[in-house]
Amino acid sequence: MLKGMVSKPENSKLYWKEFMHQCSEIGIGSLGIVCVISLFMGAVSALQTAYQITSPIMSKLIIAQIIRDTVILEFAPTLICIVLAGVVGSKISSELGNMRVSEQIDAIEIMGINSKTFLIMPKIAAALVTIPMLVILAMVLGIYGGRLTVDISGIISTETYDRGLKELFIPYNVFFAMMKAYTFAFIVSSIPAYFGYYVKGGSLEIGRNSTKSVVVTCVVILFADYILAALLL
Amino acid sequence: MIEFKKISKRFDDKQVLQDVSHIMYSGKTNLIIGSSGSGKTVLQKCLVGLYEVDAGEIIYDGLSFTKMNDEEKKMLRQQIGMLFQGSALFDSMTVEGNVKFPLDMFTKDKESEKIKKVNEVLERVNLVGTNKKLPSQLSGGMKKRVGIARAIVLNPKFLFCDEPNSGLDPQTSMLIDKLIHDVTIEFNMTTIINTHDMNSVMEIGNNIIYLKDGKNEWTGNSKDIIFSENKNLNDFIFASKFLQDAKEMRMLEAKGKKD
Repeated sequence: MLKGMVSKPENSKLYWKEFMHQCSEIGIGSLGIVCVISLFMGAVSALQTAYQITSPIMSKLIIAQIIRDTVILEFAPTLICIVLAGVVGSKISSELGNMRVSEQIDAIEIMGINSKTFLIMPKIAAALVTIPMLVILAMVLGIYGGRLTVDISGIISTETYDRGLKELFIPYNVFFAMMKAYTFAFIVSSIPAYFGYYVKGGSLEIGRNSTKSVVVTCVVILFADYILAALLL
Repeated sequence: MIEFKKISKRFDDKQVLQDVSHIMYSGKTNLIIGSSGSGKTVLQKCLVGLYEVDAGEIIYDGLSFTKMNDEEKKMLRQQIGMLFQGSALFDSMTVEGNVKFPLDMFTKDKESEKIKKVNEVLERVNLVGTNKKLPSQLSGGMKKRVGIARAIVLNPKFLFCDEPNSGLDPQTSMLIDKLIHDVTIEFNMTTIINTHDMNSVMEIGNNIIYLKDGKNEWTGNSKDIIFSENKNLNDFIFASKFLQDAKEMRMLEAKGKKD
């Protein structure tokens, strides 16, 4: 599928329009759910970390550091991309599946347009642009959610939390998270596209393939997560 | 003109087409007829390259389609228009968007010129004023007409129609047939229609190929059908008592004229 996708666009302007449309669908369309999950992810992390740190000899700064590192290293890239596998992946799969079943893809092919290039490439490109941005946003909001929670529940002061965030910060962690984000963005867009593009049958198969694509995407994300951690950390 | 020689196509263990040959002429409505499962749609999809043939050759105006590379096929397809059985309109686009899509993709015309061209073809298919409607807001017949408008907007040399009358009432079917027939003559296109609608066969069948079990069983035109002695064809075309009587009357009429 990926090999057949690479060809010269028939009309760059129309492809650009489609790319921007997909950026809006994937990026802006997922903004709400990403914001909500990120804030709660940080908030719950703060409460649970504080709950587990009972020793009086441990510095309270460690709470902020644990939240920061778990959010940057794991929660923001992996958890958000698993959610996006459901939100974006199922949409891509069912959209392409419906186009296949209703012969819209055949209609595009008959017009002399490479349907893979026109339908799949903008989706993958848009995912590669927008999902890392969403991951960065999730990092910021996750850490902010933790800050809000420690402040509201009085676990530590916001000054202590901010000091904890700055201490022992490793910039490489952000680079690692971004590597994950790009890898997962590709997985989140390409696997559902494959399942949708090659669907055979009717509406029942579209639904089945959509579910299957989300399951496969999640498993591949977790597997890739392990491989990246083993290779890059 | 499209010529195909000894086309064969197999799916797993089922031989769908076997050694099918025929010539489809320009400026004529060429019909592929046959009962459901006889291989009509597969033959048409082989002709446009949606399926690769296992054997045989397809020739468009003297150029071998089967020997073309992907890029050459892509170029040729820009001269092909196709009306699908379910219309295959893009759900997310309006009528205007659907018809304008090929113009957006393949021409560098100004937006106003494209809209003018869209309005012209919509007028040609009697759909004036439907520009901003979505496919979901259209009836079956209107969808087919939008499909025809989209197929002819680039003035193609070849028009393929897969069961254009399926699911339509007899009156609308006749309108669609007439429309296809008229645009074929107007633009001198090579039009290939898959159908098992007997009205279409008798009204616009300039050149007919009858498929049975994936084989070329009979060829001719709508007049030849009346006098054909091919049992399979007669059983298929004149399936009801009413149609058999009609055939006999037409034969008697013809005999009377001859005498």
